[in-house]
Amino acid sequence: MTLLALRGISREVGLPDGGVLPILTRVDLEVAAGEHVAIVGRSGSGKSTLLNILGLLDSPTGGEYLLDGEPTGALRARRRARLRGEVFGFVFQQFNLLPRRTAEENVAAPLLYARGRDYLRRRRTARELLDRVGLGARADIVPERLSGGEQQRVAIARALVRSPRVVLADEPTGALDVETGAQVMALLAEAAAEGGAALVTITHDLNVARLADRRYRLDAGRLTPLAEPAPTAVVPAPAAAPLEEALP
Amino acid sequence: MIPVLATLAEAWSEVRVHRARVVLSLVGVFLAVFAMTTVTALGLLVAQVQQEQGERMGGRSATIGVTAYDPQTGMPPDPQEWDAAVADLTERYGITTTASIGYEETRFRLPGGTQAVQTKRVSPSYGQLHRVEPIEGRWLREGDRDSLAPAVVVNEAFLAALGVPDLSARPTVVIGGGDPVRAVVVGVVREGYGEELLAYRVDRSAGPWDAPGVADPSAMAFGPSTLELWVRPEQADEVMAVVSHDLGLALGGVQVDAYRSDSQGLEETLGMLRLAIRGAGVVVLVLGGLGVLNIGLVTVRQRIREIGVRRSFGATSSRVFSAIMLESVCATFLAGLAAVALSVVLVRNLPLDQLLNSGIPLAETPAFPVAAAVEGLVAATAVGALAGLLPAVIAVRARVIDAIRF
Repeated sequence: MTLLALRGISREVGLPDGGVLPILTRVDLEVAAGEHVAIVGRSGSGKSTLLNILGLLDSPTGGEYLLDGEPTGALRARRRARLRGEVFGFVFQQFNLLPRRTAEENVAAPLLYARGRDYLRRRRTARELLDRVGLGARADIVPERLSGGEQQRVAIARALVRSPRVVLADEPTGALDVETGAQVMALLAEAAAEGGAALVTITHDLNVARLADRRYRLDAGRLTPLAEPAPTAVVPAPAAAPLEEALP
Repeated sequence: MIPVLATLAEAWSEVRVHRARVVLSLVGVFLAVFAMTTVTALGLLVAQVQQEQGERMGGRSATIGVTAYDPQTGMPPDPQEWDAAVADLTERYGITTTASIGYEETRFRLPGGTQAVQTKRVSPSYGQLHRVEPIEGRWLREGDRDSLAPAVVVNEAFLAALGVPDLSARPTVVIGGGDPVRAVVVGVVREGYGEELLAYRVDRSAGPWDAPGVADPSAMAFGPSTLELWVRPEQADEVMAVVSHDLGLALGGVQVDAYRSDSQGLEETLGMLRLAIRGAGVVVLVLGGLGVLNIGLVTVRQRIREIGVRRSFGATSSRVFSAIMLESVCATFLAGLAAVALSVVLVRNLPLDQLLNSGIPLAETPAFPVAAAVEGLVAATAVGALAGLLPAVIAVRARVIDAIRF
């Protein structure tokens, strides 16, 4: 069943000289529940804009974005914010953990915007998620005292704490060494799959992209399928294979 | 309910996490609220002290002093005629509290020799009308008129001249003159300047030591005897007019003067003083608020990324706005609470009767004014709300995608 559907999505920004800069051009993409999709592209190719639109953080200037078959274009800001919290979990390249809050407080933070039982049980839920990512013993540590890999695991736990239906990951291994990156990516894919969440990953790293069910390339705002066989197992690469080498 | 709780929890968490910054930004607010609350409370207490001091001198509001004398001889009217005219007047106008005051020099036999002491001959109701609070012993009462030994209330200098430290030994003193009598010192008041000796006795008595109803020939030595009438302030002008008129008619040919003897305009003066000090407090509060605003503005710019992350969690604009506002309000409310608490502790522990009232116990020590405390808290909260407004608007208007930078 299709969860997210982009139909002819365009995004343009105005320039100071009155011109228009196209960021995305007629992008079509469908993501089904529980599916893992990877999007690779150079810097400036529009990956972040695409992820912003998917996560309801930005709106397209053309085309239609359907969430659960419902158009999102006419949604009020309040409803968009609520959907963003309920449907999506975000994993950022720079982790974006809240400074000076413990790992547990960071993981529990999205539940501050939940209601009822979810809000009231937020600390217990956060502990459970930290246990799931192997950081139960580090729950009371602030991010400044965690390694990069640990911080990203906290970020993954945080992204999953509201049981999202889609996890949007932006370069989730970009700030990690190769081995740690592979472990974190495997954890993210596994945790998302466990929760039945679709995973949309943006990456430069083809090894990361290989984990996905479907892969796309974004080039100058145009999205095209990336034909490459998926590996059967996660193999940490000896060194990052930058996308720039693989792209024409 | 949950969103409100969650917003408060979020705001409190921010205050806790950024406590060093919060504390620094709140110094101004704390000092301003402390100053405002303390000044307001002290203002009320000083007003009470001033009022009591004024009332000790001129009587409570409104006291009408009445003097009567023959313009030809300067002598007071015949006591029987005077008493009858006054009784008729008070009954006619329903005046329930009156006091009489006469002045004389009484010759007391003290250890250092006989000494003429300025003595006020007053009716016991003088104590009520002038809020006399003895620092030791008691004030004169009606029963003292029939006492075989006259009762006297003296000041501390008198007691020292008598050579006794306090009233525990029930000291007595002989009133000299043609018919000496031993008087009992029943109370001590704190009055007079330096070594000046003062004494109070009942105005007229039925005792064997004082011929009843006889005007003391020395009573005019320090001015005419005075009748005091305690009336409602709004009636004062009317009473003054009718008293002069009616007593003048009743006594025939006697000059009757009626005037306000209680302090007037004191409240206005104190009100102006309080207003000026509170004005200064408001200026300090505004400056403190600017400090909070300044730090709030700097901080919110540093926290744009964090706010963006919270938006990705589903925080609505109103939620971000109220969280930033509440953060500021929580902080200034706590600063206000601490300031008010310190103010209460300070004011409650100040020896106000020593500092302001020459050690005389206050007849009515006012409690810490609740209005001052509430006012301080409201001012702190309002400053927090105002100072949080601009940072909250900036936080809401920040572009989430720029803040997060995927």
